[in-house]
Amino acid sequence: MSNSNSSASLAWDAIRTRWMIFRIALSERLAYRGDFVLGTLMRFLPIITQIFLWWAIFQSINPEDPNAGRLSGYSFQDMVAYYLLTMVGRAFSSMPGLSSSIAVKIRDGEIKKFLVQPVDLISFLFWSRVAHKVAYYTISTLPFALVFFLCRSYFTNGWPDALTLFAFVTSLLLSFALGFYLEACIGLVGFWMLEVSSLLFVYMLFQFFLSGHMFPLDILPEPFFTIVSFLPIKYLAYFPAAVFLGKVHGTQLAIDMGMLVGWTVFFFVMSQVIYRRGLRRYSGYGG
Amino acid sequence: MSIIQIDQLAKSYRVYQKKEGLREALRGLWQRDYKEVDAVKKISLRVEPGEFVAFLGPNGAGKTTTLKLLSGVIYPTSGTASVMGYVPWERSFEYRRRFALVMGQKNQLWWDLPAQESFRLHQQIYKIDSIDFKKTLDELTALLTVQELLGRPVRELSLGERMKMELIAALLHRPEVLFLDEPTIGLDVIAQHNIQQFLKFYQAERGITVLLTSHYMKDIAALCKRVVVIAQGQIQYDGSLSGIVDSFSGDKIITLQLAVGQSDSGLERYGKLEKVAMPRVSFRCPRSEVSKALGEILANYQIDDIAVEDPPLEETIAKLFTHVSKESTEDQGRDESSNGKSATANNS
Repeated sequence: MSNSNSSASLAWDAIRTRWMIFRIALSERLAYRGDFVLGTLMRFLPIITQIFLWWAIFQSINPEDPNAGRLSGYSFQDMVAYYLLTMVGRAFSSMPGLSSSIAVKIRDGEIKKFLVQPVDLISFLFWSRVAHKVAYYTISTLPFALVFFLCRSYFTNGWPDALTLFAFVTSLLLSFALGFYLEACIGLVGFWMLEVSSLLFVYMLFQFFLSGHMFPLDILPEPFFTIVSFLPIKYLAYFPAAVFLGKVHGTQLAIDMGMLVGWTVFFFVMSQVIYRRGLRRYSGYGG
Repeated sequence: MSIIQIDQLAKSYRVYQKKEGLREALRGLWQRDYKEVDAVKKISLRVEPGEFVAFLGPNGAGKTTTLKLLSGVIYPTSGTASVMGYVPWERSFEYRRRFALVMGQKNQLWWDLPAQESFRLHQQIYKIDSIDFKKTLDELTALLTVQELLGRPVRELSLGERMKMELIAALLHRPEVLFLDEPTIGLDVIAQHNIQQFLKFYQAERGITVLLTSHYMKDIAALCKRVVVIAQGQIQYDGSLSGIVDSFSGDKIITLQLAVGQSDSGLERYGKLEKVAMPRVSFRCPRSEVSKALGEILANYQIDDIAVEDPPLEETIAKLFTHVSKESTEDQGRDESSNGKSATANNS
């Protein structure tokens, strides 16, 4: 009896610790509100160039009536709708500065704090990141809503049904965790390489094309689409958008959801393993 | 039972030997020369509860490495240590909640937030009861006179103010053992003095065990009864501060105030003249000859005043350090001619 009591109080304590980290990271974020608001709003600018780009592409496909043109089954409207949805996906899955900040912590010795104080680095970073994201959503919800309202005509199928919407939201939340642990792993390589920026650059390059951020992955010819389908990064942008647009359903949706959970768990475990090994190396050699 | 026990503790690092020049830099891409550097060489030490011990030594002597070993940041190459019964490098959260490490050159607080916020996080991660937290925080802020600064972002504090906040953050959970790595580095004289006074008072009142490294003799003279001199990774001396002078300085400084009209000629035969500013003359005299010299001087000269003092502490310690490093260069010379300490290894 007392055992279950104490484990309940332990769990409660763990939640409180995370809450405190979240609160502090959030207030730190708000310390630079001017810079932060500007940076958030600037992210909406590429939408306009992207819309023009796709318009030019569809114009070259069908110069008479670009609206009637088709690219692997996508109309111009579908393409813009897809692009807007990947923006939502990336608002969850992108982790600006995470890898490099971990590498800097290792290089400058700030990581010592997490060896001396009773707090775990990865969990600390996770909850700080949640706070960053929450701050970001608070500022960007209005502009997002405005953009979607202005572009409502591009969503030719209207709102998806409740189940699809639920799957969409779930995929967004999981893509946050996947993106976090994936980039944490890259940052933790800093235990072996002092500078991870080139590694990160290569990853970003792949991510840019293969996450579906640039174009819908299903316009890729075979066997490339199948190969890309097995990679974890498609869950960072393509998958949530595809779910919303009703491209993934039934068994395929279940399989993909399972894969997404699997990859998230995989990178979570990887981050723990790399961290433990890295610490052993760090403590053994330097400091 | 000693609160800190160190036995035969050793730590060596593998350091990449970078050579000068582009050719060497290119060669370094696939083949690297590493050198084993022994930062700490099999030291043994006992510290009793409530002691305030200073680690003294030149840069790179192994002081900070020892503190890092004791706080669990790094693993030793060999040997054992226990602090309050814990093996530091196992890093149990239980151990972490009972000690604190303050590094004068590292900032542990949230840079953009008021210190108050960092303290709240500490309250949570160290599981400090909220009544205790408030009481301790009030006490510490009052002692360090920083009550008004709690709400100001840490980046806007002066170095001295920030150091006080660092100390508060480290002491909120009432650690039983405190490691201080150059806590007064870069501070002005007044701030240094304030921190010293605080540490002295706090340690005496709480009876906690403190290990301190510092380059400032004043810190050490003000705070520590026991001094451990580390140089070249080894303990060279362990005892009282004044004992250092007794063991390592063979001289005394005699200062005479000569009577009006009295010449100083002939005084040089009692020792090396240090300073002549008539009518005051100072000279250095071997310890064993002090009484004989004084007897003769009093018999032959007209003297208004006499003072016999130890040479300045800094000087003795500087002498001790150079003595040690000379010895070890000689040692190393012998080592390298026999088997060679640097090893070549492939880039891993």
